[in-house]
Amino acid sequence: MTTSLVQIGPAIAAAFLASLVEAVEAMTIVLAVSTVRGWRPAGFGALAGLMLLAVVVLVLGPLLDHIPLNLLQLVIGVLLLLFGMRWLRKAILRAAGVIPLHDEAIVFATETTELSEQARRQEARRDWLAGIVSFKAVVLEGLEVVFIVIAVGAGHGLLVPAGLGALAACLLVVVVGIVVHRPLARVPENSLKFAVGIMLSAFGVFWIGEGLGVPWPGGDLAILMFAVLFLGVALASVALTRRRNAEVLP
Amino acid sequence: MTMLANLLRELVGLFVDDGALALAILGIVLLASIFAILVPSAPLASGAVLLLGCLGVLFANVMRAG
Repeated sequence: MTTSLVQIGPAIAAAFLASLVEAVEAMTIVLAVSTVRGWRPAGFGALAGLMLLAVVVLVLGPLLDHIPLNLLQLVIGVLLLLFGMRWLRKAILRAAGVIPLHDEAIVFATETTELSEQARRQEARRDWLAGIVSFKAVVLEGLEVVFIVIAVGAGHGLLVPAGLGALAACLLVVVVGIVVHRPLARVPENSLKFAVGIMLSAFGVFWIGEGLGVPWPGGDLAILMFAVLFLGVALASVALTRRRNAEVLP
Repeated sequence: MTMLANLLRELVGLFVDDGALALAILGIVLLASIFAILVPSAPLASGAVLLLGCLGVLFANVMRAG
């Protein structure tokens, strides 16, 4: 199993950027919980979520070694393509103005209001409820991070570099979140999702092809070529959609 | 139980947002697999089906949604 810089670079970048998006989303909820109920339930919920994720990784990790490489590449490639093209589609529609941009400040405000109302209704259980909200956010967003690391890392023995990329992103978000104690609304989430959607889609096509025995021209460099093609189609889609909508709405 | 159901729904939601896009992607992968099995002497053909199919599916889906 050979690895090259052409694979390691995009794998680390994809894992870092995708994890940055997920970590920001989880941190927004944890910050909302800490604002309403304090750091204790928010921290316990987040810690319990991280422990569950660690168990998932420890259980699933060794299983990957027992799956034939071609099958692993094919299955993960399909999941990666579904995941990446879902992100890319949404990012294109947001960039074209068809659907509104994701706003962490609004998510934070909504979550804070919901938690405050829940706390008023169920006074006795409010810390417990707050902890569950924090736990759920960390588990759900964390599962996405785990999937991304496995998806970009498992097929070519890049789990460690991809994992380090994801860990760096999560630590960065946690440190910044604790310091500023505000939702990280200035992270250009749609641009990140646009870029990550392109990278994950390119990885997905490459790995499915490898699983099917396709000898891609240029070997690993084909990933970059696919990324350029996905970028071209995505930019053309944004431009055409914007122009069409501008013609419909004078 | 509700939390478990929500978790499962969220897990499926990781990969499927627009059902038509997900089905189209799976259809392209199936087509490329059939090509790889039926025409093993030209493996690049299945690669081309896969790549161009995915690009086409993405473009068509966005155009329809936009």
